[in-house]
Amino acid sequence: MKKSLTWTETLITAVIKTCGYSAIVFVILIFFFLLREGVPTLAEVKLGELFSTRWYPIEAHYGILPLITGSVIVTVGAMLIAIPFGIGTAVFLSEIAPRWLREILKPLVELLGGLPSVVLGFLGILVLTPYLRILLNLPTGLTALAGALLLGGIAVPTTVSIAEDALDSVPQGYREGALALGATKWQTIWRVTLPAAKSGVLTALMLGIGRTIGETMAVMMVTGNAPVMAVKLSSIVSPVRTMTATIAAEMGEVANGSTYYHVLFFIGLVLFLISLVVNIIASSVVFKSKKRAERVLS
Amino acid sequence: MRLNRFILVLLLALLAACGSSTTHSSSGSQTTAYIQNKGSDTIVNLALAWAEKYQSEHPDVSISVTGGGSGTGIAALLNKTVDIANASRQMQAEEIKQAKANGFDPVEFVIARDAIAVIVNPSNPVSQLTMQQISDIYSGKIDNWSQVGGENRPIVRLSREVNSGTHVYFRDTVIRLGDPKNKTLFATDTLLLPSSEGIISEIRQNPNAIGYDGLGYVPADLKKVAVARNAGGPYVLPSIATVNDKSYPIARDLYMYTAGQPTGAIKAYLDWIVSPEAQTIVANLGFVPIK
Repeated sequence: MKKSLTWTETLITAVIKTCGYSAIVFVILIFFFLLREGVPTLAEVKLGELFSTRWYPIEAHYGILPLITGSVIVTVGAMLIAIPFGIGTAVFLSEIAPRWLREILKPLVELLGGLPSVVLGFLGILVLTPYLRILLNLPTGLTALAGALLLGGIAVPTTVSIAEDALDSVPQGYREGALALGATKWQTIWRVTLPAAKSGVLTALMLGIGRTIGETMAVMMVTGNAPVMAVKLSSIVSPVRTMTATIAAEMGEVANGSTYYHVLFFIGLVLFLISLVVNIIASSVVFKSKKRAERVLS
Repeated sequence: MRLNRFILVLLLALLAACGSSTTHSSSGSQTTAYIQNKGSDTIVNLALAWAEKYQSEHPDVSISVTGGGSGTGIAALLNKTVDIANASRQMQAEEIKQAKANGFDPVEFVIARDAIAVIVNPSNPVSQLTMQQISDIYSGKIDNWSQVGGENRPIVRLSREVNSGTHVYFRDTVIRLGDPKNKTLFATDTLLLPSSEGIISEIRQNPNAIGYDGLGYVPADLKKVAVARNAGGPYVLPSIATVNDKSYPIARDLYMYTAGQPTGAIKAYLDWIVSPEAQTIVANLGFVPIK
């Protein structure tokens, strides 16, 4: 009996270890795959051509700058919507709403997060973009703004759910202490609870950004996919083409191993690097805040 | 002990899975013929209608039809994962070269004709354009409807994605006016929409928009523009009659490709497709029959 138990324990330990390490292995493998398929671009396309402003790959115009600016403007727009709404909703759910309301609202928010993005894309095409065109008197409603609004909507549930968990795990003593010192409810939330849950809230925001920059379907349906340089302020109300939509729309057609194919992988590589940088910045902020907290405690 | 039994069950399940897949494929080659048919989104509805009709008449033949675009279909034919590729353009020299490298000569069949209609919102007063005007609109030289006799509104240009055969055909025939030396491109702010439905739903609600799509896909509530080859020439609305007498300038042939001369069930199917019975389905779907 005892012998078989240690045998199963060894096995289970091995399985869990494999699961843990496999995450690292997969990320590294994916990265190397992207490198292998994307890096040949640098030999095939001149850097000046690659970072030019014309994207028309079927006739060898491989300028990816419009795609990068398109992704950036949609993502920034979406975060401007998702950050205040996400944190606001999380604070409301965790700190202000009565218990019964929270128990109804939180599952509903999480349900919203499970909504397939293609469904949101349909709503975007049929309801949001016609309305935007008339409301803002634009030539067309298929714009970066429509993409940002939809992506904001997609990022909010993720952000709310994780930020609310983080706020919820702040010990009750912190709030009681603040209130006992005469702080108002608002001061307690803004100066005590939120800073205490900082790392969790930041993680929530990072996951929100991650979902936003990687989101494809809804964006492809509502941004119009016109590869123009999105560098002016007015670009937010004109059509843009994002990196993800480009890969999704064009990958199915390219000949394996062609320059076009390599450029699409290069775009994937750029996308990967951008989310890597975002994650590194986020975790460095989180680590720094931890150190400060430790300093205060010691 | 329990773990051992679990592994045994797993192994059995694995064996069963392998077993079932082998019996499946062997019975397939004996009793029925499977035809894999893939390619152009322009043709997919037509190919589906044909497959449905043909299967109801020949229960021993099973045909699977998928879309994805002409390039996708041809790529699949090159990889030998489909039997018939549907294409709304002819195979390019590079693709034919790749086919030869893979050990076969692609064989081409003209299966129907298609016309591209230029469409605008019904409230747009512009009802006729010359090829040159459409070219100038899409290349960005004309930016306002008032320049072609319409209201003072900005023009929103809609196009299919670059991987669509319709996109390539429209670029070569209309924007470049059929001149192979002409390298005019779409204006960068042309909206590239991934589907016909996207173009149609945008034009339906946007009076600024201009788009193009296969004649078979244009719903009755959108306005088709009459097109003239030259400035003085007659303006012709797209219809089955005007495509057949070649007076409508934006029309083309649609193709199916096989890897080498077809045999057996595939040959029978392709022979049936050019028969009068199959060609009535072509007309019913808004395309133009070949005879």
